[in-house]
Amino acid sequence: MSLATPDALNITTKQKIALAAGLVGLFILLLAVFNVDFPNRPVFLAISLGLVIGGTIIYSREAYLTKLEGIKNDGTWFKSISSRGVLGWALGIFLTTFYIVLYFFPKYLGLGVDGAANTGLVALFDPLSNLLSGNNASQWFVYGTLYTVAILAFGYKFMLKYRHNRYQQLRTASVMFFQTAFAFVIPELMARLNSDDFSLPYNDLKNMWPLNYYAFDQWRVDQFINAQTVGLFFLILGVVMIFVISPFLTYKYGKRWYCSWVCGCGGLAETAGDAFRHLSDKGTKAWKLERWMINSVLVFSVVTTVAVISTYLGYDSEKYWFTKSVFLISIGVFLTVLLAGILYFKREELNKSAFKGAIGFYILTIAFLVFFSFFDLSQIKINASYFSFGLNQNSYNFDSALRSFYGFGIGSIFSGVIGTGFYPILGNRTWCRMGCPMATIMGIQQRLFSRFRITTNGGQCISCGNCSNSCEMGIDVRAYAQKGENIVRSSCVGCGVCSAVCPRGVLKLENDSMDGRINPTEVLLGNDVDLMDLLNKN
Amino acid sequence: MEHVVIIGNGISGVTVARHIRKNSNKKITIVSAETDYFFSRTALMYIYMGHMKFEHTQPYENSFWKKNNIELKKGFVKSIETASKTLQFEEGDSLQYDTLVIATGSKPNKFGWPGQDLEGAQGLYSKQDLDSIERNAPDNKTCKRAVIVGGGLIGIELAEMLNSRSIPVTFLVRENSFWNGVLPEGESAMINRHIKNHHIDLRLGFNLKEIKSDENGKVKSVVITETGEEIDCNVVGLTAGVSPNIDFIKSSTIEINRGVLVNRHLETNIPDVYAIGDCAEQRDSGIGERRPIEAVWYTGRMMGETLAQTICGNRREYKPGHWFNSAKFLDIEYQTYGWVYAKPRENEAHFHWKHEDDTKCITVCYDTTNNTFLGINTFGIRMRHEIFDRWLTEKRDVDYVMKNLPQANFDPEFYKHFEKDILAAYTNQLQTA
Repeated sequence: MSLATPDALNITTKQKIALAAGLVGLFILLLAVFNVDFPNRPVFLAISLGLVIGGTIIYSREAYLTKLEGIKNDGTWFKSISSRGVLGWALGIFLTTFYIVLYFFPKYLGLGVDGAANTGLVALFDPLSNLLSGNNASQWFVYGTLYTVAILAFGYKFMLKYRHNRYQQLRTASVMFFQTAFAFVIPELMARLNSDDFSLPYNDLKNMWPLNYYAFDQWRVDQFINAQTVGLFFLILGVVMIFVISPFLTYKYGKRWYCSWVCGCGGLAETAGDAFRHLSDKGTKAWKLERWMINSVLVFSVVTTVAVISTYLGYDSEKYWFTKSVFLISIGVFLTVLLAGILYFKREELNKSAFKGAIGFYILTIAFLVFFSFFDLSQIKINASYFSFGLNQNSYNFDSALRSFYGFGIGSIFSGVIGTGFYPILGNRTWCRMGCPMATIMGIQQRLFSRFRITTNGGQCISCGNCSNSCEMGIDVRAYAQKGENIVRSSCVGCGVCSAVCPRGVLKLENDSMDGRINPTEVLLGNDVDLMDLLNKN
Repeated sequence: MEHVVIIGNGISGVTVARHIRKNSNKKITIVSAETDYFFSRTALMYIYMGHMKFEHTQPYENSFWKKNNIELKKGFVKSIETASKTLQFEEGDSLQYDTLVIATGSKPNKFGWPGQDLEGAQGLYSKQDLDSIERNAPDNKTCKRAVIVGGGLIGIELAEMLNSRSIPVTFLVRENSFWNGVLPEGESAMINRHIKNHHIDLRLGFNLKEIKSDENGKVKSVVITETGEEIDCNVVGLTAGVSPNIDFIKSSTIEINRGVLVNRHLETNIPDVYAIGDCAEQRDSGIGERRPIEAVWYTGRMMGETLAQTICGNRREYKPGHWFNSAKFLDIEYQTYGWVYAKPRENEAHFHWKHEDDTKCITVCYDTTNNTFLGINTFGIRMRHEIFDRWLTEKRDVDYVMKNLPQANFDPEFYKHFEKDILAAYTNQLQTA
């Protein structure tokens, strides 16, 4: 993990020792992968994680506390690890490989198959897992622990880096808290409540649909319904989060309330991924790709979820409140009303391509809904070998085929292997920018119905490009700032780093009234007032 | 079709080109000998510091120019023949124009110091200057020490750059406090301390006598006038201001003084020839309290915005609004709105407040006869351009400004606010005064 801290160029002795400590900590984990059987697992696990965390802490303190407060980006584009050099590629390949093994070959990490005891790395984490949930570890527990450790250690580093900036500090403290408590400790502890006649699914409360694409899978919904009041509470809370809490918070604060303050994916990107934020592509081609990609994933996720739900409603309807047709019709009506409302009330803010895209994606979605209502998806069989080069020879019902393909393509490959594995190559927010369906929904809302914007300070921009360079979402912030125009972009996660690095104090994230939020100007503040009047009116 | 040729692809030249394109379909050619594409000069320092690469300092994608039908020509203009409306290039070719805009910017001042043209002695203005410093000071083994001569905005940026590569810096400043020709005493003194806190060897009240050469024609050392001390160094930064880059115009009929002389409409003495940005000099006097030559990013941009109107048939005077500017001194950001002189002028007074951490302060200037607010310098606290611009237009009195200061705050969310402290100090000062 210490690999992602700055290069071993010009580092102090203390930093070298810290780096070594961190690497030894990682090496212990590596030995465990290769099935070295440590005599006292709790001790070795503690030593390993302790060295990684301690190493990062000491390294960061030496890096930042020895200097005056301020922007600390010296050498970012020179260091091999953060400029797609050899170290960057090596780390990228290592992470990618790790994700492939984690998702598809967990037995190599030592996961016991068919009731066998864990070995290797997974077994090393058994004691910690037992302590929390009372069960042995899985590969997901190992991953969750390492993920949390990374957010905590690098979160600390990030807070030191921005110790002059309270927005950054609070934001980082927030993602560290939500990861540790909501994604890690609470779900593990809740698993202790489970008994023979009571069981709750692993439930990270903040992990909403559609980011959590399995939120409404039948097994999960059933578990919630069977778990009496508590279960129902969580199920209803999940729905309320999607339709009430999230829209409300996004209206008030923009999607940053989630993406850069709460979300786990965002949490890792903002902490461990911070060293790679400048690697995102700012070109217009990348932006175009982004718009196609992220909206397609949203449609895919909606269609998949509807297919899954409508199928089990179809053959099991007396168990639930809805029948299949009521469900499909209400989804159809909801989407139609939503789209019609946007097209009518926001018609002046939509350009041609947004208009076309919205209509196109809407027709596609409705076509699927119609298709689902006329066919019983559980009777349509899909042979997976056509889609997996023969690797997977199972035959699936249509709904579970969609669901599996989504889980594989989007859930595993996109968000994990590419999204995180490629941090050192594509930047730290590839998933959030190109793939996350949750980000798409909040993004549409942020663009059209939110008080959030990045205000540009009059005519003070000098077009230096620090803001664009540091934007992890690949927004060309400067393109707006140099026109004196506020930044109101659906993809902005509100990390606030553009504002922090601006050498002229031009950018401020804020929530204010919707009037004048989008303010294209031709002549900037500071020039002849008559000229501004003349040209800025049209 | 009318052919508009613009010499110089800096902020002034590019702004005028963009705005002409918005308002017309005239043929536009931008000529530059410096770089293929427009880049932000103010960002050169960040390339050396590794915050960005050169391409990141280019505000428009390379495809932008073709898309907007703006032609780019790389070439060095040797002379302008105004009678035949022809540019002659160093490279031997020539170019006809119907309308000419001179936007060639500045060049670093050199005051005839012995050794000022040695390899390793340089200013920091152009892309070529950046290449040169990268060549002569890639690290602290090649460049064991650098000496910077001239305490202004570019000097302190150069010091920050070299500092980022752990190259020891000696900073010779002629004045007895940093930039005190512009900054009031309290602010200037705070920046002095900040420079020293960054382990930069700041020498106030010292002048450069000469630069000595080694056997290869490279900088070896400098000698200080006052003490005769010789300081070994490998790079000398000459940052004692800039002046208009107009040598190539001297042979033409275009009237020049220190810069290209223009009237309020940015017109030179020759019809269809205009000058904007750093290289333009107001013929009669500066506009308002502005200097006749304004070598500032923002004014270059504003002249470009204005001139585009004139060239497109809507003849307009250059009438800049309230003065504003900004800079960054190492870790301390600086903004200014309205006029705050180093020393209060007649019927003026300053209110100065400084935070105990020695990185934040403000100075407010007002008219003592009627209490009108005249301007503010702010260090380490970001303030809103729009609010101050409005208050200056409305000629608010200083009490109003001090009481409403929270409205002007532009710091990021959750930052600690100091307006109460400032107001308390202000009120207190009034009572004791």
